[in-house]
Amino acid sequence: MNILQKEFRHIFRDYRTLLIIIGMPFAQTLIFGYAISTDIRYAPVAVLDYSHDVETARLRSRLFASGYFRDAGEVYNNDGIEQAFRRGTVKMVVVFGDDFARRLQTGQGVSLQLIADASEANTAHLLTGYAQAIVATFLHERMAEGGYTATGIAPEITMRYNPAMQSAYTFVPGIICLLLMLISCIMTSVSIAREKELGTMEALLASPLRPTQIIIGKVLPYLVIAFVIGLLILAIGALVFHIPVRGNLFLLLGECLLFILLALSIGILISTLTRTQQTAMMVSMFAMFLPTLLLSGFIYPVENMPWPLQWLSAAMPPRWFIIIIKTIMLKGGGLQHCAKETLILAAMTFVFLSLSIRNFNVRLK
Amino acid sequence: MIAVTNISKRYGAVQALSDVRFSVDRGELFGLIGPDGAGKTSLLRILATLLLPDAGEATIDGLNTVADYRAVRRRIGYMPGRFSLYRDLTVEENLRFFASIFGTTVRENEAFIRPIFAPLEPFRRRRAGALSGGMKQKLALSCALIHRPDALLLDEPTTGVDALSRKEFWEMLHELKQHGIAILVSTPYMDEASRCDRVALIRRGQTGQIDTPQQVVAQFPHRLFAVRTDNAYRLACDLPSWPTLHAAYPFGACFHVIDRRPHIDISAELTAFLHQRGHSAVECLPATPTMEDCFMEWMKRDESE
Repeated sequence: MNILQKEFRHIFRDYRTLLIIIGMPFAQTLIFGYAISTDIRYAPVAVLDYSHDVETARLRSRLFASGYFRDAGEVYNNDGIEQAFRRGTVKMVVVFGDDFARRLQTGQGVSLQLIADASEANTAHLLTGYAQAIVATFLHERMAEGGYTATGIAPEITMRYNPAMQSAYTFVPGIICLLLMLISCIMTSVSIAREKELGTMEALLASPLRPTQIIIGKVLPYLVIAFVIGLLILAIGALVFHIPVRGNLFLLLGECLLFILLALSIGILISTLTRTQQTAMMVSMFAMFLPTLLLSGFIYPVENMPWPLQWLSAAMPPRWFIIIIKTIMLKGGGLQHCAKETLILAAMTFVFLSLSIRNFNVRLK
Repeated sequence: MIAVTNISKRYGAVQALSDVRFSVDRGELFGLIGPDGAGKTSLLRILATLLLPDAGEATIDGLNTVADYRAVRRRIGYMPGRFSLYRDLTVEENLRFFASIFGTTVRENEAFIRPIFAPLEPFRRRRAGALSGGMKQKLALSCALIHRPDALLLDEPTTGVDALSRKEFWEMLHELKQHGIAILVSTPYMDEASRCDRVALIRRGQTGQIDTPQQVVAQFPHRLFAVRTDNAYRLACDLPSWPTLHAAYPFGACFHVIDRRPHIDISAELTAFLHQRGHSAVECLPATPTMEDCFMEWMKRDESE
């Protein structure tokens, strides 16, 4: 009984940890509940229409009326498809072949192709599935109305960037993101909090070192470790899962460094706000790790989330980094294809780094 | 060298320091003596530029601890009350690290710290966390001295250290004085006062008399008697009923007794009184006042005011 009482005292005295323990399941349940919706709404889809006739117009309006897809405009050739995918502005392209209406009416097989961006394997799978069902219903109706006979008219499906639909294509970029975040953020925040907790910070502060010197010295080793781990995962991806790096390797590594720097600065910021290793660990874990998993689009596509969660997701650095990795690794895109995301990460790094340096106290509190 | 002028510091409702002033010269060993919670650590942290005073100012070598804190940090060696070295680094690694953050090397200052570091020489490769209390303290002092500071601030360096190590430690401090370093040491042990050149008693954030320990003791205003009988517990019960009692408190194995009437030898009178109360083996001898007696007297006067 007395131990019970003592333990409750410990728990209530450390109100920050208590807050995290109670607050997090609350937030997480909500996020999970809303984020795990596998149905897709308003996914951006482009059209490449070689026919431009009555029937393609009908099918197009049928597709976009379904609520699953959003009209993301037209492209005019194969290059256009590639560009749209690399920019990440569309998830799927519907290609109508020549003479669509005539072929349909004369009972010759129509040529219809669904090309999906399979760097997000799950989404690609769902989108092509929905589209196939709509197309099948449409053709069935048209044939019944026109009295045409059905011939082999199943759309041809292409999974771009990941033809074998390997899940490794999805999880390797996600894992890189997660581990870099984990190592950089948790390790730095804990290592600075440890100096505070063990009292060594008092001796460090009483020295003529500047805050920036202390921070750089504390952070650089973890930058190196995180970078080496990034390389290791890329190597495993390439050697074991045969995931290619289609874009520029040095660009990819540069982006990794940027992301690590960002995660490190978040780690420093956390350590300036916490006093013990345990709290630093909890905050890093709950504030960074789980949202990374849930809100970055790694497991659950961002498009499926309700608006508030999409905004929250936009504030999560991993969301942008995952797009960057996929663009460079799987789609072979260059800097011009992920300039926006890179700029967002750079801006976040700047904000967090200046916040944490400003927040770093040159005295004891 | 170290000058403290009317420093005050408050934490919420607690006045940690009020209007403290004293100074420490080059080559002087100055003791800040008072019980736990007296404000010693706060004062040392203010001098080490780690806390801001609410009022007053402190200078080290003429440099203000708030405005010129960076320059001050270069000139001081600070040893916090908590062991603040890296427990997972070896003795040598710790020493090298602290030399490097002050922009110097161990080699340059090896001779300077040798007297202190010598006993640690065999443990160079041992992790700091695995050292004994006395060794940890010597290593911490070595690290605080590695950049040859002008002023040394030591926060309770002898707390939790065995008697022999404490004695050695004070001897080292006296050697260091020879280099012209101003040394400020805080300690809760009254008996260490006699090892300082000058002392300031501190209690509830206020300093009392500041003087050489000999002077402080010499100015003790009463005659002091050490009393002991066969039954210490009953003695404690009976002493308060002595009609002209000023103060009585346990001191080592006996009681120190002060009479309200000055300059009177009460030994015969008190012995008779205690015999009458049924004590045997009564011993009542005049005693020389110590720092602790001075502190008790100061406390008593403070409370009666």
